[in-house]
Amino acid sequence: MTWDWQFAIEIFPDIASAIWLVIGVTFGAYLVSLTFGLILTFLRRSSFKPLAFLTYWFIEFVRSTPPLVQLFFVYFALPAIGITLNKYLAGILTLGIHYATYVSEVYRSGIDAVPKGQWEASRAMNFTKIHTWFRVILPQAIPPVIPMLGNYLLVLFKETPILMAIGVGEFLQEAQLIGAANFRYLEPITIVGLLFLLLSYPSAILINKLEKRSKLGYSANKKQKGMSVVGTDGEAVKQSAGG
Amino acid sequence: MDTYKEIIPLILPGLTITLKVLVASVALAISVAFVAGLARLSRFALVRKITAVYVELFRGTSLLVQLFWIFFALPAFGIQFSPFLASVVALGLNYGAYGSEVVRSAILAIPNGQTEASIALNMTRWQRMRLVILPQALRIMLPGFGNNAIELLKGTSLVSLITLTDLTYKGLIIQNNNLSYTFPVFVVLLLFYFIIALPLIFGVRKLEKNASRGVAKA
Repeated sequence: MTWDWQFAIEIFPDIASAIWLVIGVTFGAYLVSLTFGLILTFLRRSSFKPLAFLTYWFIEFVRSTPPLVQLFFVYFALPAIGITLNKYLAGILTLGIHYATYVSEVYRSGIDAVPKGQWEASRAMNFTKIHTWFRVILPQAIPPVIPMLGNYLLVLFKETPILMAIGVGEFLQEAQLIGAANFRYLEPITIVGLLFLLLSYPSAILINKLEKRSKLGYSANKKQKGMSVVGTDGEAVKQSAGG
Repeated sequence: MDTYKEIIPLILPGLTITLKVLVASVALAISVAFVAGLARLSRFALVRKITAVYVELFRGTSLLVQLFWIFFALPAFGIQFSPFLASVVALGLNYGAYGSEVVRSAILAIPNGQTEASIALNMTRWQRMRLVILPQALRIMLPGFGNNAIELLKGTSLVSLITLTDLTYKGLIIQNNNLSYTFPVFVVLLLFYFIIALPLIFGVRKLEKNASRGVAKA
């Protein structure tokens, strides 16, 4: 049994039709992770120590447990304590919160890179806390980490197939159904793989270009940063070495 | 509390499978990472190209898709893996691809002077890599490998979807048999994974501290 072109062409539209659902879930989850990630960053820097401590362990816990099990927890277990979500919302929230913990680390690295003088200057100018954060610190902290944030969009996209476990009809779920109905898995699953490659590879190249450009712009005062990213955060290496 | 006491012994056999998959695929991933990482720095363009295709292929698609492809699609070519073997191969190749980037970037981070000095000392290419570059690159790699090991641990839960009876699969069975256990089962599952990850988390933190200690900054 080898590759059957006719079968492949026949089923391609059925699998590819899930694309809008996948894109919707990806961007929904990304939005959740960007917002919730920022909240986590703030909580972790809170001057109320127990809150900062709790946030730290929340991040560690969510980061090091499987998103699949978290998905089951949100979809199957939360209804037992009265929180019922439909499968799409459960998927978006689970993936969003899972990657929010990664995104908050990215924000943190951006914020840490803002020189201390900026904080001191804001204080000297008698800015309020909100003013300092949103008008001084974040506008300088976020742009340098945009490529890193973009990488997480790709990572999220590649994580969407786990949603098939709760019956969300994304690429892999469609392929699995077609495979089971025809007893041919080779073509449908290969098509899913190609779709992922087709969608993620050009974006990876784009992000890589963006990253090179942003490094050019900021390299003057951050020569050391590239080294410390390699040394202290293997995750960053894994994500940023793409393309 | 009693329900938790009842659940834990039921779930324990899954823990053994998860740990077995974890250890086997970490071993495979590290071997693949070194081979692919070094091959990407090879002086032969063909070797570099082929490795780059492998790395991009596995990093550009999802782990779950690769797992399904190896388990469901490969039999069409007459290659039938057991669920365990399919899991180890998929996890090993996927994280091997990520790991090869760690190896590559660590080797590239070693200052050029080291290479030049070993050439000046008349070392062979193999000696240079084995005696000069790799020992220094290794301590840069370790935190990256640790982080990848945590990611791999999370990835092992996916093997439940190809019917390997790991922690997650056991949890789902218990939940199916007794729906009143739903909430505690998943709490226990999450805690189990976290407990397995804890030594890795602390290990990585220690390695990160050590990585920069006592080394002259170039």
